[in-house]
Amino acid sequence: MVERAPLLDLCAHLLLILALAALCLPVWLALVAASLPLEEAARVPLPLLPGDRLLENLAAAWQRAELGRALLNSTVMAAGIAAGKIALAVLSAFALVYFRLRLRWLAFWGIFISLMLPVEVRIVPTYEVVANVLVPVYALAGWLGLGPALAAEGAGGGAKVSLLNSYGGLIVPLTASATATFLFRQVFLSVPEELTEAALVDGCRPSAFLWLVLLPLSRTNIAALFIVLFVWSWNQYLWPLLVVTDPAYDTAVVAVTRLMPSMDALPRWNETMAAALLAMAPPVLVVLVFQRAFVQGLIEQDR
Amino acid sequence: MSKRVTFRSRLLPWFLLAPQLLVLLLFFFWPAGQAIVQALFMVEPFSGELQWVGLLNFEQLFQSSAYRQAILVTIVFCAATAALAMFLGLFLAVLVDRVVRGRTVYRTLAIWPYAVAPAIAGALFLFLLDPAMGVLAFALRQGLGLAWDPSLDATHATILVVLAAAWKQVAYNFVFFLAGLQAIPRILIEAAALDGAGPWQRSLRVILPLLSPTAFFLLVMNLVYAFFDTFGIVATTTEGGPGGATRILVFKVWEDGFVGLDLGSSAAQSVILMAIVVSLTVLQFRFLEKRVQYAG
Repeated sequence: MVERAPLLDLCAHLLLILALAALCLPVWLALVAASLPLEEAARVPLPLLPGDRLLENLAAAWQRAELGRALLNSTVMAAGIAAGKIALAVLSAFALVYFRLRLRWLAFWGIFISLMLPVEVRIVPTYEVVANVLVPVYALAGWLGLGPALAAEGAGGGAKVSLLNSYGGLIVPLTASATATFLFRQVFLSVPEELTEAALVDGCRPSAFLWLVLLPLSRTNIAALFIVLFVWSWNQYLWPLLVVTDPAYDTAVVAVTRLMPSMDALPRWNETMAAALLAMAPPVLVVLVFQRAFVQGLIEQDR
Repeated sequence: MSKRVTFRSRLLPWFLLAPQLLVLLLFFFWPAGQAIVQALFMVEPFSGELQWVGLLNFEQLFQSSAYRQAILVTIVFCAATAALAMFLGLFLAVLVDRVVRGRTVYRTLAIWPYAVAPAIAGALFLFLLDPAMGVLAFALRQGLGLAWDPSLDATHATILVVLAAAWKQVAYNFVFFLAGLQAIPRILIEAAALDGAGPWQRSLRVILPLLSPTAFFLLVMNLVYAFFDTFGIVATTTEGGPGGATRILVFKVWEDGFVGLDLGSSAAQSVILMAIVVSLTVLQFRFLEKRVQYAG
């Protein structure tokens, strides 16, 4: 603070309280609706204070949307994508920084270009690959004239490896990450050369160096990035919607949207909002509990 | 760039790179290539052979009024979402930067909406603005006498999706603007104050110019977000309606591909979207170079 301006400070506090109340309003009203019996939740206007039926509505939503399974699926998917992205990124960054590599530019640009191909811009063909991972292999075999038998088998519905309706399909196609790779590259480049020299003198193998030196040194970066990626992965919607047709693999976010009121039925907003609260709780809690690491990860990731 | 001291092995680095490159080849490059091929060729229905059709798919796209409408809708939606989210983020950041007491509480309250999924943000706002039961819709009706109905009125539907999209993104902008504000050297602000600049003048003449790199970076990130991450919001609220008034490009590419099963058109749309991401990325990296100059 440069000068004392009590009036201005008071204004700032008032404005902040107003603005943040407005920002929290949608979730507050969801909480209110989720805590009322159906007749009251349907009253216009909605009461502004919560009722006492929160647990009942949560239980009803839990059952109707099969949220137990959905939350488990979301946890597996989010943790899997976050861990996968970090693992692949650490390995790639290690290879790019600590080895003299022919065709390094090829690997580097390959990873870089993936920044420009978010899943939204290549939905249909990506779905085709996930539906049968062998499609590219057959097509390549066909082009190269390698074994026309193999190509024919591809056209005639031979061997098929489908990732639809599986954790693999939810997780693996999203595990490449250019931003994470570049983040770890940056981290590794800032590690002193003397450490590598000492390790080489001691006859340290690359794997041991990665495991015993680099990973402990980048622990805070890994933790921060994991939190950001976990939240991002949990909130994915388009990809799970495409890959999953079997409700057994529905994620929490998708399960909530299945509870959205439709035209022909009586809207049960109290249960829909209860489900929404349950589905948003895990990432929100993660952000609240690890706020410092989350902010660090968010800012670092886009550097 | 790599280390001066390196490990010596020819094969190991490629083994290390293999998992990421494999995922990229299978799920990024192959599909992207397929999109280009499907946009330029047509698959013969019976023989399965590819037939060159050139830019036919693109011509048809730009001739269709639905696609031209989607472009317009996307521009309006992205501009409105980015402007609203950035303005509110900056507003909150300036206030939090100013207050001393309760700063951590305010900060926490401003950050957490980032963790809400776009699809769920859509559900929350659909409830808030439901013409029959929504609290905001009720307030609009009683206060302004407005016959609010996003399922019939194009403007109302647009406001609904923009509000939901911006609401979720305010937190992101807040985090970066606050970091930007706190990175401004105190000495500059104190010097300006000594020269007699009041809070307003300091904000306009010192702080805003120093914040402009952050603002530009955020502009690109917000546009990317509004373009590509808002599918869930449209899907849970308006489904592109009424009459295509909220059918943004990403929603249309999904609709044509998976509902309409028009592969050629969907692929051509994918190629156009790729061109948009490429230009946004280039914009971002040109800016990164500039930022280095600011710092130096």
